[in-house]
Amino acid sequence: MFKQKNYVALGAVFLVAVVLLSLPTRATARLKLAIGSWFLPLFGLASAGQQLPADLADNLLPRRELLKEVNDLRRENQQLKSQAVQTETIRRENDQLRALFYLQRQSPWHLKLANVIMRDPANWWRTVRIDRGSMQGLTNNLPVLSADGCLIGRISSVGLTDSQVVLIGDHSCRVSALVENGTRDMGVITASDPLDTSLVELAYLASNVNLKPNQTVVTSGLGGIFPRGIPIGRIADFRPVEYGLYTEARIKLDANLGSLEQVWVLFQ
Amino acid sequence: MNIFKSILVLAFAFLAVFGEATLSAPRTWLGAQIDLLPALMVYAALNTGLSTVATLAVFGGVWFDTLSENPLGISILPLFLVGWLIQFRRDLILRDLTFAQFVLGTAASGLVPLLALLMMLSSGKELLLGWGSLWQWLVMTAAGGVATPFIFRVIDWFNRRLGYAERVESSFRLDREIRRGRQ
Repeated sequence: MFKQKNYVALGAVFLVAVVLLSLPTRATARLKLAIGSWFLPLFGLASAGQQLPADLADNLLPRRELLKEVNDLRRENQQLKSQAVQTETIRRENDQLRALFYLQRQSPWHLKLANVIMRDPANWWRTVRIDRGSMQGLTNNLPVLSADGCLIGRISSVGLTDSQVVLIGDHSCRVSALVENGTRDMGVITASDPLDTSLVELAYLASNVNLKPNQTVVTSGLGGIFPRGIPIGRIADFRPVEYGLYTEARIKLDANLGSLEQVWVLFQ
Repeated sequence: MNIFKSILVLAFAFLAVFGEATLSAPRTWLGAQIDLLPALMVYAALNTGLSTVATLAVFGGVWFDTLSENPLGISILPLFLVGWLIQFRRDLILRDLTFAQFVLGTAASGLVPLLALLMMLSSGKELLLGWGSLWQWLVMTAAGGVATPFIFRVIDWFNRRLGYAERVESSFRLDREIRRGRQ
């Protein structure tokens, strides 16, 4: 027969669970950050372990190959410098024209590099944690880009030294997007299939949209979180939904969400 | 009860949660992350006391929810319920049989995520669910089942190597020796 102490244990665990679940959101976030910091030494060890093979490979590279790489990088650097001069001229011209037409001056965005230190262990969320936090000036809702500049999500919570990024395709990261075609059709990026991280849904497109596969999808700038023009992906296919009331398209993401290692955080 | 075994179970739970958050190979190859906490709970329920089962449910659940977007504390009850039920009938289970460990691990690995999902859906959370989730659930269930006998062997091996050896009592006792012949 089951003893009384078993029911006491059941009651105690139930009480702990109820207390934790009924904590206010702010207290829960702080508690999560505090307990999450227990794992920080292990994250440090893991990243050092990942870095070790790369360092070993660097040491084994022949000098000739390194010199060739340096020359290539120097050439690329010169090209980028000349491009930066051109861009600066265009930016100044843009500012002058905006001033002439009394348009609001656009403030430039800055980028901060961060390493992805972990992914959500649960299969029903799509989040990652990065190694930059409020000490490095990060705040909630900053857009996050992949290493090659494509949108991957936004910051959902910030700790002192690390932050949680909710990725596109998750229910809590909806993005207003537009298709770069003649009519610049607009929709909202919503959740996707849990199995395939490369595809997301673009919903609420008008019924008479002019879509074609491979058209580029970028952020529309509406909503106040994501600036306009960040590349998201390309149209994979589309279909009418709700008896032809509107159209839904599937977007093949430019960023590979399954293999994120370094990301850019965009801030003003 | 062997306290060292309880500490080992908790240490394995901590490492399991960390591994689930950092290793992306199962997600890349199988499309789902594997959860080892239910398998650990089966081990704890069959080999340790109820206090260890409760501690594993609380700490394992809180660690998992901390690194996840889950509401803090949502994984505690499903884990404890599975451990509690196994503990309830553990005298009837042939715990040393690999097949029994596999069946219990499969059942626990299938039940824990289902209960957690049910709790989150009933609290109005919007989760990433679809037909693909069925595949993820099958992968979690099967992988948890396969991992359970390994967990039994690994923890027992560590326990034998690092813990105190169990005192083996022989049926032979000097004070009960029957001496024949003249003294």
